[in-house]
Amino acid sequence: MSEKSFRQAINEALREEMRRDPDVFLIGEDIAGGTGGDGEEDAWGGVMGVTKGLLGEFGASRVIDTPISETAYIGAAAGAAVTGMRPVAELMFCDFAGVCFDQIMNQTAKLRYMLGGQAKVPLVIRMQCGGGFNAAAQHSQTLHGLFTHIPGLKVVMPSNPYEAKGLLIESIRDDDPVMFMEHKFMYDDKGEVPDESYAIPLGEAYYSRDGEDITICALGRMVNLCNQAADDLAQENIGCTVIDLRSTSPLDEESICESVEETGRLVVVDEGYPRCGFAADIAALAAVRAQPALRAPVKLVTPPHTTIPFAPTLEELYIPSVDRIKQGIKETLAA
Amino acid sequence: MIAITEGARATLLNKEILLEAFRRMRTIREFEDRIHINSAKGEVPGFIHLSAGQEASAVGICMHLTHEDHIASTHRGHGHSIAKGCDVTAMMDEIYAKRTGLCAGKGGSMHMADLSKGMIGANGIVGGGVPLTAGAALKARILGTDRVAVAFFGDGALNEGATLETMNLAKVLNLPMIFAMEDNGYGEATPSSWAIGGEVLKRAEGFGLSACALDGHDFFQMHEAAGRIIKDVRDGKGPAFMHISTYRYYGHFEGDAATYRSEGEAEKMQKEKDCLMIFRNKALAADLATEKELDEIEQQVARLLDDAVEHARQAPAPGAADLATDVYVSY
Ligand SMILES: Cc1ncc(C[n+]2csc(CCOP(=O)(O)OP(=O)(O)O)c2C)c(N)n1
Ligand SMILES: [Mg+2]
Repeated sequence: MSEKSFRQAINEALREEMRRDPDVFLIGEDIAGGTGGDGEEDAWGGVMGVTKGLLGEFGASRVIDTPISETAYIGAAAGAAVTGMRPVAELMFCDFAGVCFDQIMNQTAKLRYMLGGQAKVPLVIRMQCGGGFNAAAQHSQTLHGLFTHIPGLKVVMPSNPYEAKGLLIESIRDDDPVMFMEHKFMYDDKGEVPDESYAIPLGEAYYSRDGEDITICALGRMVNLCNQAADDLAQENIGCTVIDLRSTSPLDEESICESVEETGRLVVVDEGYPRCGFAADIAALAAVRAQPALRAPVKLVTPPHTTIPFAPTLEELYIPSVDRIKQGIKETLAA
Repeated sequence: MIAITEGARATLLNKEILLEAFRRMRTIREFEDRIHINSAKGEVPGFIHLSAGQEASAVGICMHLTHEDHIASTHRGHGHSIAKGCDVTAMMDEIYAKRTGLCAGKGGSMHMADLSKGMIGANGIVGGGVPLTAGAALKARILGTDRVAVAFFGDGALNEGATLETMNLAKVLNLPMIFAMEDNGYGEATPSSWAIGGEVLKRAEGFGLSACALDGHDFFQMHEAAGRIIKDVRDGKGPAFMHISTYRYYGHFEGDAATYRSEGEAEKMQKEKDCLMIFRNKALAADLATEKELDEIEQQVARLLDDAVEHARQAPAPGAADLATDVYVSY
């Protein structure tokens, strides 16, 4: 066990799986960088340096840089998966799904079903999500809701380095397509990560904090903000259960409902768009399955139904903050 | 294919146009250099892509356009915006995320736009602006005006489906559109020579576009050729394609160490091929301007940018009242 960054944890997961299984390969734009040029080889290792060093060990036949052609390489990765390989494609930013969404939504997600169960599509699409860098409307979205909407796709979002490694290893071994979402604000976050290989199952939530008064559901970076809020409120003798969902599809409905039945109060915190989104989905689950236990209306702490802004002053108001989460918890407790 | 062999055709220019072109190129360079410096100081939020080195292409083309002609640009869009006449102070305010910015602080560097100037927008999505440009050209065709639309895009964007589909669409619909592909040698860290399969001009010609290669370091060649090409497109002769060789001096984005370049590459390009240097040398050699005239413009531009940066620093930031506006016209 040693302390590693979120970035290192992902790199380690990729390295271990590529060593273990020769069918695993990486494909994307500048995941090495400098391909065919006169300067440094492996100059980037992806825009966030996550895949740096893998070219050296596995060579250009398994760490494949592509032209800027998302439809072609995401689709090709799906095609390689359906014919027996285990690709990990890097889409860079989840926003770029817009460019290649047919290959994701109509091809990747539906192949198995349309082929009457003949096909397996063991494809992982890695991508950054999230705001906080003032990267504006087309580089800051958190689109897990959009992906979760589509049957056939699994959707995973780790909240710390330990989860990043274990969930990515599981995602690579999974026989279904997985949208693997990495919050761009977390790449330098540090945490304990075992040196050995381990897999964290999809669809099993983790109780990040235990408390009797209220249940808080979140995933990805929002879990950390919820934990901070819970730690602050513990000083005021408010006990929060923070459930880190880890994946939205599959979704650990049992854990959510069990906890809501105990606490009777639910706050859902999410960075995605609110309409038809993750928070609304969890609220609906509580309404459908745990209504009798609810002692207060479910509270959703999300951005407004608005495009994510550029200006730091606006982005700060837009993304749920520890203060807004605490306020939401208090309002729910007072209701 | 239109063959362009000579470098300077300086004599085609009248003085007013010449000095205005120099002013715009100089403004772009000064704008980018200041953002580079202030970005390193941590003053500039967001993702920044600078176009220093590529000025002659933007200005050589936009000098032939009016505000009724449209352009769309890329993530590297400051130069095109300035060349198309966007207000430099409002642009700087935008980059500094201020309410007085060209897009009210909602877009930033990657979404610079001013529809009143015919600038549809920079773009965060590679290839994203190319189909939009076709729409502006389509409007001109439907209304029967002599307006044209220019899509600026990079060598990397030439490999996006959106670009390739639009090349075909423009031909089939006979749109008054120009594809201005600025080949600065790289898409992010990857050389264009590696990423583009086949030959660029043949690719464009394969779509039936009239295509030519241009030296984007030489304003005079750019300006002369763009004038001819844009006139043909205005006259209804169909869409055209320019493969413009150019170079960006800074990294792909602010913060990129650009180690994928060979050592000294950028310095060598700047020393030998700098478009502002070439402009000055040719203009002086042909007696088109005096040293004093060009120096004066440089000083005026420097003052303009001093003021723009100061204005941007002081301008008010958007606040809570602005958070949910501009999503819809009505809701
Ligand atoms: C659809 C899409 N894919 C990838 C990116 C990430 N990206 C931003 S700029 C860039 C390189 C573009 O290269 P080029 O078109 O040559 O323009 P240049 O940066 O050289 O001006 C890439 C890959 C993006 N913004 N959008
Ligand atoms: Mg380029």
